[in-house]
Amino acid sequence: MITVPTSHALFLAGVLFLLGLMGVIVRRNIIFILLGLEIMLNASGLAFIAAGFHWGRPDGQIMFLFILAMAAAEVSVGLALVLQLYHRIHTLDADQADKMRG
Amino acid sequence: MVQLLWLIPALPLAGFVILAPAGARLPRRLSAVIGVGTVGVSAALTAWIAAGFLHGLPDHPAYSRVVWSWLAVGGLKVGISFYLDALTLTMMLVITGVGFFIHLYAAEYMAEDEGFSRFFAYMNLFVCAMLILVMADNLLLLYLGWEGVGLCSYLLIGFWYADPANGYAARKAFVVTRVGDTAMAVGLFLLFDRLGTLQIQDLMIRAQGAWTVGAFLPTIAALLLLGGAVGKSAQLPLQTWLPDAMAGPTPVSALIHAATMVTAGVYLIARTHVLFTLAPAVMTVVAVVGAATLVLAGFSALTQKDIKRVLAYSTISQIGYMFLALGVGAWAAAVFHFMIHAFFKALLFLGAGAVIQAMSEEHDMFKMGGLRREMPLTFWTFLIGSASLAALPLVTSGFYSKDLIIWQAFASVQGGIGLWAAALAGAFLTSLYTFRMVFLTFYGPTRTPVAKQPGQGMNIAMVVLAVLSLCAGFLEIPNTLGGGVHLFSGFIQNALPTTVLAVSREAYEGLFEWISGGTALLGVAIIYVLILRVPDFTAALAGSPTGKVLHRYWFGGWGFDALYDRILVRPYVFLARIDKDDIIDSFFDLMSWFGGLAHRVLSTTQNGRMRTYAAGLAIGAAVVVGMAVLL
Repeated sequence: MITVPTSHALFLAGVLFLLGLMGVIVRRNIIFILLGLEIMLNASGLAFIAAGFHWGRPDGQIMFLFILAMAAAEVSVGLALVLQLYHRIHTLDADQADKMRG
Repeated sequence: MVQLLWLIPALPLAGFVILAPAGARLPRRLSAVIGVGTVGVSAALTAWIAAGFLHGLPDHPAYSRVVWSWLAVGGLKVGISFYLDALTLTMMLVITGVGFFIHLYAAEYMAEDEGFSRFFAYMNLFVCAMLILVMADNLLLLYLGWEGVGLCSYLLIGFWYADPANGYAARKAFVVTRVGDTAMAVGLFLLFDRLGTLQIQDLMIRAQGAWTVGAFLPTIAALLLLGGAVGKSAQLPLQTWLPDAMAGPTPVSALIHAATMVTAGVYLIARTHVLFTLAPAVMTVVAVVGAATLVLAGFSALTQKDIKRVLAYSTISQIGYMFLALGVGAWAAAVFHFMIHAFFKALLFLGAGAVIQAMSEEHDMFKMGGLRREMPLTFWTFLIGSASLAALPLVTSGFYSKDLIIWQAFASVQGGIGLWAAALAGAFLTSLYTFRMVFLTFYGPTRTPVAKQPGQGMNIAMVVLAVLSLCAGFLEIPNTLGGGVHLFSGFIQNALPTTVLAVSREAYEGLFEWISGGTALLGVAIIYVLILRVPDFTAALAGSPTGKVLHRYWFGGWGFDALYDRILVRPYVFLARIDKDDIIDSFFDLMSWFGGLAHRVLSTTQNGRMRTYAAGLAIGAAVVVGMAVLL
């Protein structure tokens, strides 16, 4: 069996995390921001899996299950907030929701 | 018994703590119950402790009680600790007793006022601070009370702060007394530096051991303490604040500016009497200041129109008597006059308050008149107070206390004919201005209709004080009258030394009492003729060129205000104006400019956009991780 080196898996996780972060920062559509967040979460989950595999312990997989559950909750709350936001300002542009500027 | 000593100041403090934050939301009745009740319970406790104290005499002339340790730095250990002896007990009885009746009066007097509970919060704080002042067993705690009463005096003079004139009067009182307080603070530093303690009793013992009579250091220390006393007690040359302090509500004038706070200077000198006996020169200064003040203030009182200002100058004058007594070593006479003065002057202020309310806030005596028929109870109590102030012979307390001072100003070994003459002139002036006030206010034609009669609480307070003004004097009757009674001086001897009389002068006591008693009666007779029989002649006398000049000087308190304005206030204001943009100001301007700049820069980063914040978070995390990796 060919094993993937841990460093490759971590590199992939890092790239995914940065892609997700870019999505959060660059995209203005709030749905895509949520997608970016989701990618970041999964990138960290991947890093956990890789680390768990590297040390030969189940902790990484358990953490991934936690992250999955958290991501599901985050999406449901996040989408409810998006609905409310759209209801109020009639756009999905996150930059329009800047009422709290100093 | 003395275990409960701490409760006496703690109860009014509790009243303040409740009323200050919650006052405006409490119903007025409850505010009044808290404000008056705490002082009342304190008064009852004081009476109970006094009974125990009398029971313990003469084996236990003093108690001390440490409640808490306040601070301990290097060699300085200061406790929240109380000392109880005959002098303290007398002060406490007056503060809580007279204070309670004034509070009772105020509950009705101030009933319509918007700041009702604020008033009682300040009054309770004042009673607490004043009790701390007299009960302190070390000079630092005494100084805490000293500044505390000064603060309350400021707050209560400016109680009706909407009128800028009241605020000005409050600031004036605060600043002028601060001059004296600074001298006193320097005196405390000197005493601690030289004698290494601030415990009053230890200090007195060490002073006696370390210093000889008439040496330089005790003289300086006593002079500095005298500075504080002169400021607080409104004596020359710091007396200018007291007449203006009448801007406060009348119960405040009765409690703070007549009965208690202004006599703190008398208490301070009596409490540190050992130091003063080590400095005979300063004792002479005290006597001369007292004598000069009592005469000058007497002339000023004679020309005032405002009934409260008459009483204010009269208070300055009567405290002058106490200083005179202290200066000639007549300690018991000074404290006795303090007590009797607290009774009759509080009574006179309360009576004046009732009159002022009846006249719809009119203070001018020339617009009053004929109130004898309209307000009989106020008239009779006011008359009793006035008779006591004028020291009418035999029947009034004032006679026994004031004539004791006049006599001892002559008969004491430190006394003399000059001091006695000043005291006698003061007594003559006192009966002139006192009965001028009575005749203008209560006799003659009615000039303003009575708008409001004093109610039950006010009447009770006035009657009780009137009874005290009549009867308290019998505690101390001179030997020439039926063998004499010396209950008070016998009691106060447990704390203060007896007066040393010059042997050659003792025989004249009866004669001198005749003279001073006769002077008081003569004053009443003269002013009766001048005011009620020949008012035209009196007006012509005041209208003559000499009369006009004198009237102007006396009315303005001998021009002290104008003098201080010219030599102190104006140069200071001038310096402040030309020095507006100096380098220190520029430094602070720079600081404020930098603050504004930082505000503008940072507020642009708060643009409300979530993406910017997320980017900020990411960059910050990257920097932190980068630093952790690289360093």
